[in-house]
Amino acid sequence: MSAALIIDIILWGSVAAVGFIAFQRGRLVLTSSLREGTMDFINIVPRIALGVIGSGYIAAVIPQEIITGWLGPDSGWLGVLTAVIAGAATPGGPVVGFSIGAVAMKAGGGAPQVIAYVIAWALFAFQRLLLWEIPFMPARFVWFRAAVSLPFPFVAAAIAMAIGKP
Amino acid sequence: MIGVLVAVSATLVWRRDGIGGVTEILTRDLALFGGILPRVLAGCLLGAFIAEILPHEKVSRSLGPSSGLKGLLIGTAFGAILPGGPFTAYPVASALLTVGADFGATIAMVVSWTLIGYGRAVAWELPIMGTDFTLWRIVISLPLPVLAGALGRFVYVRMYPKGAP
Repeated sequence: MSAALIIDIILWGSVAAVGFIAFQRGRLVLTSSLREGTMDFINIVPRIALGVIGSGYIAAVIPQEIITGWLGPDSGWLGVLTAVIAGAATPGGPVVGFSIGAVAMKAGGGAPQVIAYVIAWALFAFQRLLLWEIPFMPARFVWFRAAVSLPFPFVAAAIAMAIGKP
Repeated sequence: MIGVLVAVSATLVWRRDGIGGVTEILTRDLALFGGILPRVLAGCLLGAFIAEILPHEKVSRSLGPSSGLKGLLIGTAFGAILPGGPFTAYPVASALLTVGADFGATIAMVVSWTLIGYGRAVAWELPIMGTDFTLWRIVISLPLPVLAGALGRFVYVRMYPKGAP
């Protein structure tokens, strides 16, 4: 059984579980939240469509070598800083981000820099903020969260340097 | 703005690889889009149900502005166990904000979901980055959601001393 299938099962299982709780609160609670969720879905689909279908093009025009070049080997704190910028600038989905990280590791990039890159990318990849987070959440929250997340790739790199892992 | 960015990128791909390159990316991304659509629906329903069934006063007590470290820890734990991708995490986070969670606890939840949530780690990071890197990366990330949530709270009360604008 693939990981994606297990995740789908857990996901729909959770939907069924909270749906059942809503049903127990009364039919009205169930139907109004079903309607609410469906409306959210209908509103969000066009934006997601643009994001998912468009991100392939954006990823295709930004050459990955540029980003791996930034992660250079044994580049110290300057390398961490460039890794954070590269992480924020990396377009595309999880495959792109992790693949670039893996290439950087193989090309001799330092572990703290690659950690900083992966964490920066996970926390505030610009494209994901615009395409995924903004459509679902209040924009004010999204920018606020991205701003307070800024120090943490550096914190992670510092921890990685301190413990000498991975 | 995103539409323009996509249009420009698509044109560049067309100039470089011809129409074949454009259609190849289009078919691949359409397939991906079709694959995630049901999950987006699941995420929206999950968010709507959670907003509906969670009692407001209980949420604002355990995840609200005065929930302290415990609220940040609950947010972190919630983000770590939440199934699915961005299509679940963001609607659920949005629902939490609606029912009375503060920015700090919601930040802890979103950061925890991106950094220590198992969904992305199992599906993508383990196969691509390897077990050693992934496990250490997660260990290093463990304290970050609580720290981010605490920083968020610290900044928030100073930016908006009179509560939400």
